[in-house]
Order: sequence, then structure tokens, then C-alpha cells
Amino acid sequence: MTSISFNLNGKPVSLPGGDDRTLLWVLRTDAGLTGPKYGCGEGRCGACTVLVDGQPVRSCAYPLSGVAGKRVLTIEGLAKNGTLHPLQQAFIDHGAFQCGYCTSSMLLTAYALLQETPHPTRDDMISRLNNNLCRCGAHLRILDAIEAVSKPMGARS
Amino acid sequence: MTQLRQASRRDLFKFAGAGVVIFFGLKGLADAQAQERRPPYPSDFHAYLAVGENGRVTVFSGKIEMGQGVLTSQAQMAAEELGVALSSVDMVLGDTERCPWDMGTFGSLTTRMFGPYLRAAAAKARSVLLGLAAKRLNVPADMLTVKDGVVFVIGDPARSVTYAALAKEARVTEAVDEQAVLRRPAAFTVMGRSPKRLDGVEKVTGEAKYAADIRLPNMLYARVLRAPAHGAVLTRLDTAAAEKLPGVIVIKHEDLTAVLHPDPEGAASALSKVVAAWRKAPSSLNQETIFAHLLSAATDVRAIEARGNATSKPVRTFETTYHKGYVAHAPIEPHAALAEVRNGRATVWASTQTPFPTRSAVAKALGFEEKAVRVITPFVGGGFGGKSASLQAIEAARLSQITGRPVQVAWTRAEEFFYDTFDPAAVVTIRSGLDARDRISHWDYVVYAAGPRGASLFYDIPNVRVRSAGGLAYEGEAANESLHLFGTGPWRAPGANMNVFAIESQIDTMAAAAGQDPVAFRLQHLTDERMRRVLQACAGAFGWKPARAPSGGGVAVALSIDAGTYVATMAEVKVDRSKGLVQPTRITCALDMGVVVNPDGARMQTEGCLTMGLGYTLAEELKFDGGEILDTNFGSYQLPRFSWVPPIETVFVKNDTLAPQGCGEPAITTTGAVLANAVFDATGARLLRLPMTPERVLAALAAKGRQASAGAA
Ligand code: FES
Ligand code: FES
Repeated sequence: MTSISFNLNGKPVSLPGGDDRTLLWVLRTDAGLTGPKYGCGEGRCGACTVLVDGQPVRSCAYPLSGVAGKRVLTIEGLAKNGTLHPLQQAFIDHGAFQCGYCTSSMLLTAYALLQETPHPTRDDMISRLNNNLCRCGAHLRILDAIEAVSKPMGARS
Repeated sequence: MTQLRQASRRDLFKFAGAGVVIFFGLKGLADAQAQERRPPYPSDFHAYLAVGENGRVTVFSGKIEMGQGVLTSQAQMAAEELGVALSSVDMVLGDTERCPWDMGTFGSLTTRMFGPYLRAAAAKARSVLLGLAAKRLNVPADMLTVKDGVVFVIGDPARSVTYAALAKEARVTEAVDEQAVLRRPAAFTVMGRSPKRLDGVEKVTGEAKYAADIRLPNMLYARVLRAPAHGAVLTRLDTAAAEKLPGVIVIKHEDLTAVLHPDPEGAASALSKVVAAWRKAPSSLNQETIFAHLLSAATDVRAIEARGNATSKPVRTFETTYHKGYVAHAPIEPHAALAEVRNGRATVWASTQTPFPTRSAVAKALGFEEKAVRVITPFVGGGFGGKSASLQAIEAARLSQITGRPVQVAWTRAEEFFYDTFDPAAVVTIRSGLDARDRISHWDYVVYAAGPRGASLFYDIPNVRVRSAGGLAYEGEAANESLHLFGTGPWRAPGANMNVFAIESQIDTMAAAAGQDPVAFRLQHLTDERMRRVLQACAGAFGWKPARAPSGGGVAVALSIDAGTYVATMAEVKVDRSKGLVQPTRITCALDMGVVVNPDGARMQTEGCLTMGLGYTLAEELKFDGGEILDTNFGSYQLPRFSWVPPIETVFVKNDTLAPQGCGEPAITTTGAVLANAVFDATGARLLRLPMTPERVLAALAAKGRQASAGAA
């Protein structure tokens, strides 16, 4: 059986499968990481978002083979040594979630945006997040949280 | 909470061994429940609340957390009444083995209906503990007070004893006291504040578990064979190819055909190998023809309200018919369940708003007694009324019973659309009239298929008749089965979205005909002081400038009373006349919801309501062809997105004399009406059907243009 080696949340792993398996399900089953969620299975909602070499991808429509030799970051890898990333703290402070089901996708997409564009405008955020769905209507709070972290004076780590 | 959810039942007995445990034990409150047409509250002997020997307070509640923040608000209520810090409260929600019976989490009832019981239980615990402290400190109880779980003598704080110390030596079990004296809002230290949500860390770290995240050793993932359309009959089934796949188990049992595999993708590919042929039931119904069908099929008409003579003739008559299509709940988490049936017992982790009814349904399906079934509710990824039926839990339990292994059933998005219990398509007809002084004199109203919630009038009109046609299954009445080809059920503020859309559009139409400012016109017909205050508060915050509509400014108002809460919403829109796009640019919502338990939580719910409301108002309408659901994913069925959401300002109108009212639904009821009225104010075109899709906006603008040129000719 083939297997794919990659870096998962900072640790090297090798998981069975290749083109025939989808990243989302490998993460959720073999790797035991249930932070990435199934919402639509067709790349339309973003709930399954993870970062591959820093870029958000929709893991429900991404073959396991695509991450060979790459760095994969899931929501479980965002906090470091038990300390929340400032974005995570800002999500809590601003109440940027309700049911929380979309939260990991929102956090990771925002994190990737801030890596590229440390001080995005509100429009930058909206265009980056516009294909990430939230049914609870936490949108304004999510934008507020990202804005708070991205302010030039804000606490960034 | 994760730990608590996994804690064993022994913990409860540990509390009971030493500590103070407060049980249900009321009769008077059951009568109050009956008035609300709900079955009486729990008569089983589960604790509401326990103070353990470590001083920690555990609250047991059948109300589940699906985003509405009741994990936190229930903890606040208990902490307030008990006099402990919020951080010393642990919550156990939606576990049928540990929590008092509950009908389900819906209808904005958690705070309004369960809240008083919970507060009474906590108040009882406080008085029991104060009684124990009085003995221990040798002073009368009325000389004692409590702060952060420490009881001390008023004026002599050194003479004190902690709840923990008291609980350690106590073995008290008490029933809730009907006469429990609740703390007054002026004295609140935990309620009325906005602590950070208790589920925050779990939800931002990915630790929070939802039903599909639960894993058990040896579990199987199941995919169930589905009909292509409701009402379709299976004519041929061949599972041979699927059975040949390694690791696949095929189950054919009565109506249930499923493939199971240790890997979810293995199950999905096995399902694709199942060959099935179906005969569809012929039907000419679709999202356009449904309305004529509803009008003819909804024959059971019942009176909601009547006074004066609504069928007499006014000076000026306004007759309008309003329409709205089926709307999906579409939580981002589809239904999921994991069931383990073993040794005559079943444990089911389910994404559900109704753990106790789900327990009954699972027990029935398995042929078990109810007490042999335990339903545990992890975090629920959105419900909005759509996670009440729990078919997925029944399927998982049946498959686990047959295979003898734990089985997960997690629906795909297509299954979620197919089995949704949609907000029903609905029609409202209104014949209303103005008298010679341009006051509303007549109001003759019939709502078809949406139900009566929100249909009653709060305006002062002398001649009124309000009727509702088409029974609703979820009201506990006989459903008018011939109405719909697929499931319908409660959807956030069921029925009220349609009723408020129709009522407030009609009021606006008459205000415009009377040549009056929409706010002034409403105030002229309002003697209800609470509503007047809310409307005026909204106008003040929004910066309402009186003008006759259409003013061109694209601003409007809509009012509603829902779940005991009064709402006034004002909005401003921009209409792209070439594309027909409606973009809200700001919304202000004023609410009187009595005591506000958690202001920030209430604000979040209000923003969530108005944001979700943009969907049914602007885009969401199910497409179907007979029993076939044509929308299967978020491509053709659009949910509100970041770019749709305008700044939202929420204003609370203080009313501390009233117990807390509903908050998870009221604001959404105004969205359709306020935006339809705003489009009218911007363009002079009146939209009578929701959602206001670009095509419909363009058509209304074109019709308006034709009218204008015909008028000029
Ligand atoms: S589940 Fe992957 S985008 Fe929706
Ligand atoms: S918080 Fe529920 S879907 Fe976004």
C-alpha cells in the first residue's frame, strides 16, 4: 500500500493512501484531527479548510497525494504550547462564532490572509472570506476579530 | 465541558452522596406550562443542579448548545441565583441519562421557559446552603449573605464558611421551591453582564466535539441508499458489486439499505456501486405551481382574531397577495449520529435539538424500553429548528443493532437538503382599508401554510379578522398532509417571517397611499406603550428622517412581536437598477426582551438573526420538481455571505420589570418586511414575493415603469 509523507502541524507523518483518498477524511479518521469539518464535500462552504504550505485549501476536494512533502496546518496546530494564537483569542473576545462549526475554517483562512497581508482592509477580508459560509451569522464579529488583530498597534505575536 | 460530557454516571451519585442536589418537584409551574400549550415540565427525578463537595456547581439541562449561547446564559442564571462565580459552574447539556426531561431546544424557550425553573432551583440551593451556614455559624440565616461561594455574616465577613465546606458535610436533596425568591435585576452581578462564552476555547482550538467527531473502537461508517425523489418507489436493487468490495458490509433491512465500511470514503464508494431503479410519483408541483396548490389544499381555516366587521366596506380598499417559497435550514453541520447498541442497551451521540424525543424514537425503532437508551448531545453545529426529527440517529441505531458494531451515520449535503424539514412555502392574502381620515379601518387576513405565529395584530384597527389555513404538524396538530410533497417543520421563528413580511408590507403600502411617513403612520395606530417605545428607540438610533415613501433614500421600518420580545428594525438599502441587486447598507434593530441575561450574547443572536434573514429575504428558495429536491448543495442554493452583511446596530430598550424573553428568533422576523419596504422606498417598486431575487426586482421595476408611463399617457 502506498503512503504519503508530509508535515502535519509541525510533526512528520506518513499516512496510508494516495490519489484514492481525500485529505479531509484522512485527517478526520487516520490522523484523528476532527477540527476540519465536512459541510458540503464540493468545495463550496470552506468548513474543511486547512493550510497547505500556508495556503488555504478545501480538504474535501484535495487528494492526499497533493500534500506529499508539504506542510499541513489544521486548526489543532494553531495554538502553540497551550497558548492561543492572538487570532484565536480575538475570536473569543469578539464572539466571532456561535455554533462554532465554521470557526476552524474562518480562523485558518484569516490566518493565511494575515501572513500575506498583515494589515488588510475590510474589503480584503471580505473578498478572502466570501466563499466561507457561516449559517449562524457571525460574519460581522469575524471581521471585527480579524481587524482587531491586524491593527498596526494590535497585539501580534 | 468535554470532560464532563465524558464523566460517568457515578459522578452524579457522588454529588448525591455528599452535597446539595436540587430536584424537580413542582406542580404549580406545570399549569403554567400547560397554558403555553406545551407538555408539563419534567416529572422524573433528575437533578437540575448539584453543589459538590469541591464547591463546584453542576447544572443539568436538557437544553442543548447549537450556537445560541445557552451554555453560557444558563450558567449565568445558576451562578447569579446561587451567588457563585461563573467559573465555578459546570454544565451538562442534552444527556438523557443525567439531565431532567426536556421537550427540545427551540422556540426561544430556553431562557423564557426553562430559565425560571433553573433560577428557582439555584435559589433553592442557595437557601438550603444558607440554612446550613446559619447552623454552622450559629446566627440567623437572615444575617448571612453570600459572595463567590463564601457565606459570611453581614458586617462581619471574617465569620464565614464556604459552599464547599458546607456541601462536604451535607447530604441534602431538595425539590425546587415554587416560592423561590429570585434575585432582582438591580442586584445582578452575573446576569445582565456579558462574560466570554464558556465554549470559546474549545471552539477556537478545534477541540469542540460535534456528533460526527466522536470515535469509538471498531466503528463503521454507513451510507444509506436514498430515493431520488420523495414518494419514489424502489423497483430494482442490486448490491452484488458493492458486496464484493473489501471491507464492505451491506445491510438490507426492511426499508433500509445501507453500505458500511471502516472508512467513510470506503462506504461512499461502495454506495456508488449499488444499482437501484426507482419509480417516481408523478406530480406537477414545483416552486412556481405550489402556491395555487396551497390555496386550494389548505382548507382547514381557523380563526385567530376577530373584532368589528372586517368584511364591511372601507373608503379605500387594498387587496394584496404575498408569496414565499420553501426555505432550507442548511446548518453548516449536516445531521450526524454515532450509535453503539450492545447488550440490550443503546448509546447514541446525536446532532439534535431534541435529545429526549430522540431517545423515545430510537427506543421504539430498536424495540427497547426508553431507559435502555441514552442520547448524548455533543455541540450542535447549528439547528434553527431543523434538527428535531433525528432520522439519522434512528438509522445509526438500527445499523448498530444489526451489525453489533458502533455505526456512524453522517449525512451528505445532498441528504441534508433532501431530508430537511423546510420552512413551508406560504401565501398570505390581505384585504385592508383606510377610512375617510386615512386611518386603517379594516383588516381581513388569511395566512396559508405558514401558521399563525406573528399573524396577530398589534395595531389598533376597529374591524379585524385574522385566519390561518393549513395545520402544522409541529404544533402538535394534525398536519395537512396533502399540502407538501416533502418534510416541513419549524424554521427559526416558524411562520412569523412570512406573516411579518406580509403585515408590515401592507401597512407600508397604506402609509404611502395615505401620504404619510411610515413611522408616524404606525405610531398613529399604536397604543401599546412597549411597542411605541421600541419604535421610537429604533428611530432615534437609526436617525430616522420623516418622509413619505418612496423617498428615494431606500430606508424603511418593520415591527414585530415574537417570543415575548418587541422588535423594531430599520434598514437602508441600495438597489442596482440594472442588475436588480439589493444591497443592505445598514440595519438598526431595537428590542425589548425584558431582562437581558447576557447583553453581548443577545446582540450576537440579533446580528445572527438579521444576517440569516438576508437569505430568505434575498436569495433562498428551494427548487423542486415534484418530490425531487433540485437543490443539492450550496451552488444553486445560496446562503448569506460576508459581502451581503451590512453594519448592524442593536439597541436594547430597558425593561427590567419583565422576566427575560426570547432572543434567538425575534429579530429575524422583521428582515423580509424591512428590506421589501426599503426597496419600495428606494424605487417605488413593491416586491410581493420572497425572496427578492434580482429577476424579481427587475420585473417589479419594469412593472413600475410601465405603470408610470401608462399613468403619464
Ligand atoms: S466541506 Fe469542503 S468546502 Fe465544504
Ligand atoms: S458559527 Fe455556526 S456556522 Fe458559523
